Amino acid sequence: MQHYNMNLTLKVWRQKNKEDKGGFQNYQVKDISSEMSFLEMLDVLNEQLIRDGQDPIAFDHDCREGICGMCSLYINGKPHGDWKANTTCQLHMRAFKDGETIVIEPWRAGAFPVVKDLVVDRSAFDRIIQAGGFISVNTGNAVDGNSLPINKDAADAAFAAAMCIGCGACVAACKNASAMLFLSAKVSHLALLPQGDPERKSRVFNMVAQMDKEGFGACTNTGACEAACPKEISIANIARLNKEYLFASITAEK
Amino acid sequence: MTWKQVFTSSVGKKLVMGFTGIFLILFLIVHVGLNACIWANDGGEMFNKGAHFMGANWVPRILEIGLFAGLLLHIIQGLLLVFYNRSKRTVGYAINYGNRGSKWYSRSMGLLGTIILLFLILHLANFWLPNRSHQGFLLGEEINLYTTMKDVFSNILVVIVYVFGCISLGYHLAHGFQSAFKTLGIHNKRWHKSISAVGLAFSIIVPLLFAMMPLSFYFGWIN
Repeated sequence: MQHYNMNLTLKVWRQKNKEDKGGFQNYQVKDISSEMSFLEMLDVLNEQLIRDGQDPIAFDHDCREGICGMCSLYINGKPHGDWKANTTCQLHMRAFKDGETIVIEPWRAGAFPVVKDLVVDRSAFDRIIQAGGFISVNTGNAVDGNSLPINKDAADAAFAAAMCIGCGACVAACKNASAMLFLSAKVSHLALLPQGDPERKSRVFNMVAQMDKEGFGACTNTGACEAACPKEISIANIARLNKEYLFASITAEK
Repeated sequence: MTWKQVFTSSVGKKLVMGFTGIFLILFLIVHVGLNACIWANDGGEMFNKGAHFMGANWVPRILEIGLFAGLLLHIIQGLLLVFYNRSKRTVGYAINYGNRGSKWYSRSMGLLGTIILLFLILHLANFWLPNRSHQGFLLGEEINLYTTMKDVFSNILVVIVYVFGCISLGYHLAHGFQSAFKTLGIHNKRWHKSISAVGLAFSIIVPLLFAMMPLSFYFGWIN
């Protein structure tokens, strides 16, 4: 693809802190290379703001390789921008045309309060994992991996679910701000493997309870989460979570 | 993990919606099947026989209580879920994801359901209430429901409202049918594919048949 430079208008959500009401502010950026990543474009803008003595825009990022789940941003009405199966850090400026206006918003959900500008607090996800997204293993010698046969299809499905990077795009995309795709990926990942079996009932129950406690909405199977997921986590995982939950509630001892 | 904890959780609430939804889908099959007797072209004889079986027999009348219970549960839980889910995003987006991420009717189940509820109130006031009150709400003598249908559907406004109600039902089912099975845990691709296909066919055929009933009376397609 031919390289080109572009001038853009950015409409960015600015919010000083949690309590601040916040609002949109317009910025002009010039000579942005089509080879740049979206975050590099924001870096250019921030350098410009710092030079002008203004407060730079706060946004989350870490690996910039599309694997850590730190970057977020709701770009032109879609989590992680318009490219399919892509994170914001891997969105490149060739996705935009010269003269375009780009609207950048933070994830919007009651359970993801804005910390500053485009940064939201996603620690609710950590607490959901703490509620059951683990397996308990006694210490001692490592068991030989081949002593535990695992069906290839189940292993592949578990791996596909484990692809979730916990970025929160599913919550941002969902009209109910539900964390069901995230939660179902974590539950499916472990429920499909023999190592996850002993705790499967308490896991699904505790993790759903924690999700509700954190203030996420309920799933209505619209499929927006799946469409927005940078790791293409299947919505079938949500149905599997429902099955796990129903089965756990029917077979509970008390 | 008490039953109370289960049914007050977000997944438990959805299970209630799924179970009652499938129950109501089964009811629709009975309803559309019996009402299709109007097309027997026998002046409503067969239809009234069917209506008589449903209205003057203890077994369907007891099941009717179950139907209303399921219906109320679906309506109340559905409305509560709509408000619960709405409250989870306090600050909205400037630009919405909209139709790029999901179908409009899958996001509008609350609205479609409310339209169906309003239609249902009119529908019950047109047929169920006059008939049951004539019966003294027990097993008394029924009114002639075929001629009642003829009367009610001679009004073009009522016919339009009914057709609109059926369209809403169609879209409600287009999402609800397959979603209910997902909620109950059907995750296998092969089952999901066939359920989605059956659901789509059901959501077109059944509301279409229902919509044909007022139209058939209004345009005199039946004797």
